[in-house]
Amino acid sequence: MTDVTSPPPKRRWRPSLTWLGLLPFALFILLFLVMPTMKIVLGAFQRADGSFTFENIAGLFTPSILSSYWISIKISVASSAFGCLIGFLMAAGMVLGGLPRGIRSPLMTFSGVASNFAGVPLAFAFLATLGPLGLVTVFLRTEFGINLRAMGFNILSFWGLTITYLFFQIPLMILIITPALDGLKREWREAASCLGASGPQYWRIVALPILFPTILGTFALLFANAFGAVATAIALTGSSLNIVPIMLFAQIRGDVLGNPHLGYAMAFGMILVTGLANVIYIMLRIRSERWLK
Amino acid sequence: MTKAASWAILLLGLTYFILPLVGMVEFSLSMRRGEYSFDAYAAVLADPQFRETFSYSVVMALLTIVFGILLVVPTAFWVRLKLPRLRPLVEFVTLLPLVIPAIVTVFGYIRLYNTSSWLPLTGSIFGTNLLLMFGYAMLSLPYMYRAVDTGLRTIDVATLTEAAQSLGAGWVTIIVKLILPNVLVAVLSGSFVTFAIVMGEFTMAALLNRPAFGPYLQLMGANKAYEPFALATIAFIITWACMGLIQLVTRFTKHDKAGR
Repeated sequence: MTDVTSPPPKRRWRPSLTWLGLLPFALFILLFLVMPTMKIVLGAFQRADGSFTFENIAGLFTPSILSSYWISIKISVASSAFGCLIGFLMAAGMVLGGLPRGIRSPLMTFSGVASNFAGVPLAFAFLATLGPLGLVTVFLRTEFGINLRAMGFNILSFWGLTITYLFFQIPLMILIITPALDGLKREWREAASCLGASGPQYWRIVALPILFPTILGTFALLFANAFGAVATAIALTGSSLNIVPIMLFAQIRGDVLGNPHLGYAMAFGMILVTGLANVIYIMLRIRSERWLK
Repeated sequence: MTKAASWAILLLGLTYFILPLVGMVEFSLSMRRGEYSFDAYAAVLADPQFRETFSYSVVMALLTIVFGILLVVPTAFWVRLKLPRLRPLVEFVTLLPLVIPAIVTVFGYIRLYNTSSWLPLTGSIFGTNLLLMFGYAMLSLPYMYRAVDTGLRTIDVATLTEAAQSLGAGWVTIIVKLILPNVLVAVLSGSFVTFAIVMGEFTMAALLNRPAFGPYLQLMGANKAYEPFALATIAFIITWACMGLIQLVTRFTKHDKAGR
């Protein structure tokens, strides 16, 4: 008789006990990810006394902050666009270009390392190469008489930062796009050429439309990646280039904007931008998986 | 794409990647005028601050790894065994640290756990260290969770657990003696990534004012000529070694599995 009556209460009890297993994880996420983020988001809409306001958000639209967002966005777009393009070409050369197969494994390993080699050391590597006394700068000047500085190139600038960011952007693109290129089926190419398509036609009509969601999604991911990069930028430029992460860093260190809650708004803006980029990435990722499975 | 074009783009790309590394190493070796020497490295190694910050970061990395394993392995195991429906949600949550920039999270920490708050972690050195460790664990969560979860996929968690339970094992025994050894490789590769992340991390340590390797690196960069490049080379070797170890560990197990 207990056979009939006991299972239902047991089933009703089980969920509450199974949840307990996730408690440490949930607590950790709540304390060190959700609550700090919520604090920032709420703080963006509060005055110092805690009352609700849009002043901080409006404060973002002052010329200095707006221009820092604009420079940040430009650098992120440029470094992700070139990152996608160069990464795609390198991966395509590796997968479809008839390069020896032995190249693949070392290149993928190197991509894994290089995509993780961001931060302060990366900035130094580029200073040593393209800085005023860097390897390439000096080489070009002494051997060819090309003075990069006189030509307007400066490592502590928009292009300097973009070129430096490419060091982790290109490998990330290679890591993500290679499996997608592997997923292009040989039959599609054969079918296209049976129907009389030329190489460029195959790429334009078949391959690129299939790869497009992956490429665009990766672009969004690289964008978010560059937008949030702090250490490289600070080590490279000090505070000479006013991009968002550097301004926020200075604001947290010591209230440089004169209004502590403006810092919340800047951080909120960063979450908004990277969050949006990631949503685009996830949506396009889901779309691309339809073809490439 | 033709073969020649492929070679051209590959070589151009490789040049771009190799030049900065060559430049960095070359600069780090040229402290002595006119000849290459390890003077910069000697200067770095002799600096007590280097030893302090480096060992601080190593200890923090190891603590973060231990904490990460304690947090992630039981969670991933539990989700697979009991709450498979929540898997997408948990996976999504573990990826959030990639979405929210570290500088934003640490800003939240500073405002949330300051000396006048309900949990004044930043009020004491121990508390700040603890907070920094949690922050590091957060940064490495996407990599750690993914590694462990992939590791769990290769074993039959439910059957193994049932077998262990019918032999009278408790949850702790199951996780420590059964699950952990089976996902050891995954845990190791997650640990190496964590180590690399913590050793190079700058933003959190700098904003929480802790004497870690990353802020020291930046400070040296602002004040010294050759030493920073020796330090950067050391940092690169650490990253490279960690990634190399992951490759080694994974290859090792593939061999193991094939032999069975």
